[in-house]
Order: sequence, then structure tokens, then C-alpha cells
Amino acid sequence: MMTWFYLIASVGVLISMALMLSRLIAGPTLYDRTLAVNSFGTKTVLFLTMFCFVIDRPDGVDIALLYALINFIATIAILKFFRYRSLEIALAQMALRKAVGDDQ
Amino acid sequence: MDPLQILDIAFLGMLLAVAFAIVRINSLFAVVMLTGVYSLLSAAWFVVLDAVDVAFTEAAVGAGISTVLMLGAMLLTAREAKPPKFRQQIGPLFAAIATGALLFYALPDMPAYGSADSPANSYVGAEYLERTSEEIHMPNVVTAVLASYRGYDTLGETVVIFTAGVAVLLLLGASGAGAGGGVSATRKREEDE
Repeated sequence: MMTWFYLIASVGVLISMALMLSRLIAGPTLYDRTLAVNSFGTKTVLFLTMFCFVIDRPDGVDIALLYALINFIATIAILKFFRYRSLEIALAQMALRKAVGDDQ
Repeated sequence: MDPLQILDIAFLGMLLAVAFAIVRINSLFAVVMLTGVYSLLSAAWFVVLDAVDVAFTEAAVGAGISTVLMLGAMLLTAREAKPPKFRQQIGPLFAAIATGALLFYALPDMPAYGSADSPANSYVGAEYLERTSEEIHMPNVVTAVLASYRGYDTLGETVVIFTAGVAVLLLLGASGAGAGGGVSATRKREEDE
């Protein structure tokens, strides 16, 4: 009974993943796409967490945790790319350089 | 129908949609995002297929590292792809159709999904499954095979990958003074002027 509940819920998450996908493909601006990718990653984490309960192996929540970490790092990289057009220099250094530049 | 098949169909449908979008969209940034989503989707699908180890690798390499690497590569190229001419597309189309036909031709020879007498389940695999828990004391058999039974093999692979990484760093200039730091160095100079 509980398994069915989780299965239906995970299908619901799948549908919302498909909706995010349509926003990602349709665009129109880059910010829509970044937000869609981030939200899609979150929904993948949600789906995996629920799927672990569907197949009754809750230890799979670890994988969902790893996905959350990867999603976070990818979003940071994308936003850094937008802001500074470079991935080479550390964020703290860039902020510092900008602050010094603004003072002058 | 097995209820889990709904999930399989949904994932394959989304993978197909993403693949078509990657081919059709010209904005390279959207394509980079879509490849990341493709990896994430296939990793989630691998979990549904009970291949958790493959899913781990796919998520870490495909969705994590390669998205960042592709963004870095995009810095050095244009933001938009030129749509290819129709005449240039005919050759690749035939190559793709031929490869697909070959794969479908080979498909009946594959053992059925989860089959008990597939090569993975019959010869040495069963031996590993029996002996791992008493010999290596590890709950995950794949880890035991990679890190213990084939430990020297894994060590060799690691040495090869490390050597390749060091060679690439030497070629590019690890200090950032060489060609690798070209883009930001140029921009810095422009800002100074």
C-alpha cells in the first residue's frame, strides 16, 4: 500500500521533471535555462529519494545526497561563468579584485 | 505491466526529447545545459535499472565535471552554432542509421535483462558473489572486485590516467602562464588599457 503511494508520488515528480525539461528546451533566456537545470537536478534528487522507498532499499538515499552535491557545484560553476566569463580564478579572488576596482 | 516499467518508459522518453533538443538547438549554452541534464537523467535511469555503481560514475563525471569542462571550452569558442547545410547532413544521417541497424541486428544475441544464465551471472561472477563476503569482508561486490581481486589492474589504470593528466598539464603549462591562461590574461590586459 505504502509502496504504491511512493510510486504514484514518484510518477508525479517525473511529470514535473518533464515540465522543467520543456522550459529548459524552450528557453528563451539563459536565466530560464539555469533555473530549469537547477530545479531539474533538485527533482532528480527527490525522485531518487522516493524511488529508494519504492524498491524498499532506503540506503540509496546516499546516492540522492551525492546528486544534490553535484547539482550544487554545477550551478555554482554556471553562475560563475555568467558573472565573470571565466572559470580559472577563485571566486573570493574575483570578488576582492572587483571590490578594489570599485574603490579606485 | 510491471509498474516500474512506467518509470523506464518515462525516462527513455525524456532522454529522447533531450537528445533531439541537443541536435536541434543552436545556442551552445543551452546545449551544454542539456548534456548535463542528459547525464543526470541517464544516471537516474541507471538507478531504476539497479545499476547503482554505474549511476554514481555517470552522475559524477557526466553531470558534474563534464558540464563544467564544456562551459570552460565554450569560453574559447562562439556562443552560437551555425546551422549545418542540408548536404552536409546526409552522410552522417546514413552513418547513424547504419550503426543503429547494426545495433538492432546484434540485439537478439544479448542475454535477456536479469537472465540467470547471462555471462555476468554464470561463470566467475557467481564465484565472486559467494566468496567476497568471507574473503574481503565488503558488502559491495563491485568494489571488492575492482579494489581487491583486480587491485593491480586498477592501480595500473590509475597510473595511466595520472600520467596522461600530468602530460596534459605539462603541455598546457600548469602555472597558468602558458596558453591555458590566455583568455583571462588577454581580458585583464584589455581592462588595464
